[in-house]
Amino acid sequence: MMVSTTKSKGLPKASGAVKKAVGSYGKDKEALIQVLLDLQAVFGWLPPGVLREVSEQLDVPVVQVYRIASYYKAFSLQPRGRHIIKVCMGTACQVRRSPQLLNTISAVLKMKPCETSTDGRFTLETVNCLGCCAMGPVVAIDDVYHSNPSTADLQKVFESAE
Amino acid sequence: MASKRISSAKELEQLGRDIASKADPDKRIVSICTMSVCGQSRGSGAIAERFAEEIRRAGLEEKAEVRQTGCQGFCEREPVVIIFPEGFYYVNVEPDDVPEIVSATLSKGELVERLLYTDPTTGERAAKESDIPFYSHQMPIVFGDNRRINPREIDDYIGLGGYGALSKALFQMSPEQVLDEVKKSNLRGRGGGGFPTGRKWETTRNASGETKYVLVNCDEGDPGAYMDRSIMEGNPHSVLEGLLIGAYAIGSHEGFIYVRDEYPLAYDNTIQAVKQAEEYGLIGENILGSGFDFRVSVHRGAGAFVSGESTALMNAIEGRVGEPRMKYIRTAVSGLKGMPTCLNNVETWANVPLIINRGSEWFNSIGTEGSKGTKIFSLVGKVNNTGLVEVPMGMTLRQLVYDIGGGIPQGNKLKAVQTGGPSGGVIPEQYLDTPIDFDELTKLGSMMGSGGMVVMDEDTCMVDTARYFISFCCEESCGQCSPCREGLRMLREILNDICEGKGQEGDIEAIEDIAEVMQDASLCALGGTAANPALTTLKYFRDEYEAHIREQRCPAQACQALTCYYIDPALCTACLICRRNCPTEAIYGEKGIVHWIDQEKCIKCDTCFQVCPPRFSAVRRISGEPLPEPPAPGTRVTREEKG
Repeated sequence: MMVSTTKSKGLPKASGAVKKAVGSYGKDKEALIQVLLDLQAVFGWLPPGVLREVSEQLDVPVVQVYRIASYYKAFSLQPRGRHIIKVCMGTACQVRRSPQLLNTISAVLKMKPCETSTDGRFTLETVNCLGCCAMGPVVAIDDVYHSNPSTADLQKVFESAE
Repeated sequence: MASKRISSAKELEQLGRDIASKADPDKRIVSICTMSVCGQSRGSGAIAERFAEEIRRAGLEEKAEVRQTGCQGFCEREPVVIIFPEGFYYVNVEPDDVPEIVSATLSKGELVERLLYTDPTTGERAAKESDIPFYSHQMPIVFGDNRRINPREIDDYIGLGGYGALSKALFQMSPEQVLDEVKKSNLRGRGGGGFPTGRKWETTRNASGETKYVLVNCDEGDPGAYMDRSIMEGNPHSVLEGLLIGAYAIGSHEGFIYVRDEYPLAYDNTIQAVKQAEEYGLIGENILGSGFDFRVSVHRGAGAFVSGESTALMNAIEGRVGEPRMKYIRTAVSGLKGMPTCLNNVETWANVPLIINRGSEWFNSIGTEGSKGTKIFSLVGKVNNTGLVEVPMGMTLRQLVYDIGGGIPQGNKLKAVQTGGPSGGVIPEQYLDTPIDFDELTKLGSMMGSGGMVVMDEDTCMVDTARYFISFCCEESCGQCSPCREGLRMLREILNDICEGKGQEGDIEAIEDIAEVMQDASLCALGGTAANPALTTLKYFRDEYEAHIREQRCPAQACQALTCYYIDPALCTACLICRRNCPTEAIYGEKGIVHWIDQEKCIKCDTCFQVCPPRFSAVRRISGEPLPEPPAPGTRVTREEKG
């Protein structure tokens, strides 16, 4: 699976994007995590071709690049949906019944947490804490935060997302 | 904006005076929290825009201006608008309220009564922030400037005397004197450990090594806590100033700020703050002409709870996997790149300028014997007034939850307060009069932690709470050492079983045994403290564990496997509300016909329970008792619906 899948259509080429990211940190090996964060933002995930390119351009063994990419939560080694749904599972949301909110979202979208829908529209994720505990339970849909949404609110948002 | 380098203490003082004198005392400031995700998500940005537009339309540009700020604390009531100098405080403001505020308050100084905060218990309206109980019991010395400054404008900070403490330290004090002042202040680390800050600085200062580093830990990973995010988003210069003073005292010329990946706004505001401080020459070479050099880089985390641990954080800054290592040698002696390194939490650094400005004696006048100063808490969960609060150490949990927090919603009973995040524990109702300080909370088996304070009521299951934290740590364990990796996995299995009604006699004892090994033998503090939530819930709520194991009953009716939903035919008015809201169409019935739930289809999302109007209360949660038979199809309602 290289960058030039249909999902990556319109995205920059791996080598160019990696060159730009690596260059902005002066090819500093210690910036590996920062480089990968930038590339995750560009591609929405970290395709194998990008990781190999990072390894070459930064002169860091591929195994170390993979180690970092698989260790941290911010990185995804699989393509993700066009819309990212993050249900907050922080303690404050937990006591305000975020597991039940997750159930509702799962039921509405007919998908389980950590899944990407087959049409590539949605990825449903849980996060440990979004840090806006006063509004719990919270779900962030494409970085827009929704405080304790009703089933109808959710349906409306999902329907409008292409 | 910043065009001129400030090259002396005098110039800084002059700039501060210029900014302050330019501020027209008759000009009203409309302070709106737009630099925080809570405010943003409630639409505060649109309100700020509307204010700018309406002020222009009314021709009041000379008499009023909008100030976009970071978190102001009372997040529950966002969007909040504070009008200075009066301090009028409007809550839950909608864009369409703006014209009225402009014409009444900004033009004529009159109050818009309907937008004031109304005390839910007394029904009284509060005109000003200081009249609201949520604020009147607080002591916002670290957090208070948030509402007065735009974090993206360094001039706002300097206008309030910002960087004055740095200037004082550089020109009126030797590094030894600065260190001595911080030691005498008895400031303890706000990140959770409570280690004396001055001692940490001294060790780093005295350690041998050509290069020394100072680090800001903004990897606030504790779920349910957002103090550091709000300081970093709302007043980043206070942290930078503290860091500069610390670097001067320690003899360091390079610093790093590590910001959690989930806090993009905090990252952006920090980058902006560093840039502006560099332009003013407050970071860089020969700061204020003192000969002191310092540079700082900002580093993003990539999402790993354990990266907040000091050695793991240093690994992450070096571009490696954020795993902890054994601390045979303290990081103050050998830390980042093998050099002496002083790592302090955001809130700790933010306290430093205050101590230098006002002296250690003043700082010592606040707090308890062993814990000085204030602490910021995120007061969240089942409490009426959720938000960020800053209180003097020594305030009791009861004062915090009831006087500031306004008690528990819907008249529910408080069950426990959870402090210290995944390393802490629960403190039950009978200990609510405990003064909050580092040592008292530890005595109860919990800990201060970084300041997360999650209020739990009778609807919160204590076994589920333990299961939640153990699962959290299980996912976050780096897996290097077996006590943590395997111990957490076993604990999670046992707790999952108990929550699903598959618990067995002997499970409780097994939890205690595993916890002991984890405490004794884990590599880092994550593993060593990870069993605390299980141990404290067991200590104070053993009966809940036993109810799950012996009766397959969840007393809080929260564990999904042990709870069913049932519509009481005698109470149902067939209003269709639950049926319409059910996401799986598991509810049957129609107008005039009693509703019932198909248990096969029910996913226990709690929606029906939430939406059933309180005046009917027909939906019940049932646990540990047989589910009553559903009504015969077509049963007509016996209770009339009344508006």
